[in-house]
Amino acid sequence: MSATDPHHATHQALCRTIEAVWRIESARVIAGLTRLTRDVGLAEDLAQEALVAALEQWPQTGVPDNTAAWLTATAKRRAIDLFRCNAVAERKHEELARELEALEQTVPDLDSTLDNTISDDLLRLVFIACHPILPTESRAALTLRLLGGLTTDEIARAFLTPEPTIAQRIVRAKRTLADKHIPFEVPRGPELAARLSSVLEVIYLIFNEGYSATTGDDLMRPALCEDALRLGRILAELTPTEPEVHGLVALMEIQASRTRARVTSTGEPVLLFDQNRTQWDQLLIRRGLTAIERAHKINTTRGPYLFQAEIAACHARARTPSETDWHRIVILYTELAQLTPSPVIELNRAVAVSMAYGPQAALTLVDALASEPSLARYHLLPSVRADLLYKLGRHPEARTEFERAAALTRNTRERALLLARAASCETDPTNP
Amino acid sequence: MRFMVIVKATPESEKEGALPDPQLLLEMGKYNEELIKAGVLLAMDGLHPSSKGARIKFSGKSRIVIDGPFTEAKELVAGFWLWQVKSLEEAIEWVKRAPRCNAGDYEIEIRQVFEMEDFAPVLSEEQIQHKVRLRAELPNQTANK
Repeated sequence: MSATDPHHATHQALCRTIEAVWRIESARVIAGLTRLTRDVGLAEDLAQEALVAALEQWPQTGVPDNTAAWLTATAKRRAIDLFRCNAVAERKHEELARELEALEQTVPDLDSTLDNTISDDLLRLVFIACHPILPTESRAALTLRLLGGLTTDEIARAFLTPEPTIAQRIVRAKRTLADKHIPFEVPRGPELAARLSSVLEVIYLIFNEGYSATTGDDLMRPALCEDALRLGRILAELTPTEPEVHGLVALMEIQASRTRARVTSTGEPVLLFDQNRTQWDQLLIRRGLTAIERAHKINTTRGPYLFQAEIAACHARARTPSETDWHRIVILYTELAQLTPSPVIELNRAVAVSMAYGPQAALTLVDALASEPSLARYHLLPSVRADLLYKLGRHPEARTEFERAAALTRNTRERALLLARAASCETDPTNP
Repeated sequence: MRFMVIVKATPESEKEGALPDPQLLLEMGKYNEELIKAGVLLAMDGLHPSSKGARIKFSGKSRIVIDGPFTEAKELVAGFWLWQVKSLEEAIEWVKRAPRCNAGDYEIEIRQVFEMEDFAPVLSEEQIQHKVRLRAELPNQTANK
């Protein structure tokens, strides 16, 4: 079909419609098929085949009323054909084919039982895509693919990674899940907490990949943040009684509320204290605060995401930096550090201490981290130390630290900012 | 991207004290729940008839207040949703799934919300490809994240 074809535009519009339908329905279709075939890789292939069939047939037949049912039915028919072909070799598959046929007779509707089944299947799909047996990067790619409805090409672009690399990650992940016979289930009991934390880690990794690009000169890739937020919001409805899920959603909502303010129109990063707070998205802040309330209503225990969300909320509530409740932030960081001891949290606590109790108290904490091997190449350590030294009037030392931080960061825009601060140490009168 | 999905008024929805049919409300509740479960719904509200509202006309230096109700129901807004979706087409698909708000004929209008990308520079196709090439040359760099 050529670009000059009068039907070309209509065809393009229909393809976009089918893509949109896929975005809405794919996760539920794949989840349902995984339950039936007990193989997430096969389920996804079948769903993809159904998508191809839709692209071929809908231009002639028009878009069906119940698109999810159409996609599922088409995929199931293919599953039956496939199993029939293999039935001679394996009797089990024949049973499965009969089971599938029987299920196909049942008319899909949206009553509450089916609704619950769909939710259960979706949650199982979340857990299998984020299974700890897979490398983190594969979990992220698979989650975006199976639950976010993204194409391999879209994932590759979002992660600025060549498409074949992402495709390979997904293929390998699916193979691993099949080879290791990872069950399609929601983990129970003590296993649940660990598995849930793997899910949250994946969603937050996707968010951070978009929020603070680690390489290159773009500071944000907002589409990826939106994908992560959407996944988080979906998860919050699937597991409404898990405080940490609401904590993660709250954290992402509040961080995303600063999107407009944290980069200038020319792409320079703007630090939290210098941000124009009127540009903060009040809707997202409100949503974040509501998510924190939801978590608190469940019980009084706090996990790492909820702590971080509450710290972010302290900033979100302050209309000016000077109104920030730094004492509360120090308390939250102290409790967080007790829960999950980490040099990075300790560094953040030091920043809060400097705001609540002055730079000298903070410098003592930061100096204690100097020999921390895990922070040896972490640009924020010299960056924070530089800032404290600067505030204490020790400008020559501050300059050296800013330069060290600039040499360590991989983000070119952040490097420029740090070098500018180093230069400002030079021009300022030292030791007032 | 975000879209404001605007439900236009009808003579029915403009009637004073008019409350929607409980059955329609129930269906709308289910629909909104679907939107929440899909991570799409950011905010929503329904509006009173225009008889409870006002218009302020800006003309030169004067500000002239005109009390409601207003005629031309189909030009009025009866309610709105704010959605986060991937494309206009996705928003259209979601709107097609919406139950009726009331018995009369009415329209739903979809409008895209301005985002940061509309003001700040975004990556061009060329820049994206350049970055992909750069990244490909640096193996395993996200492994230590």
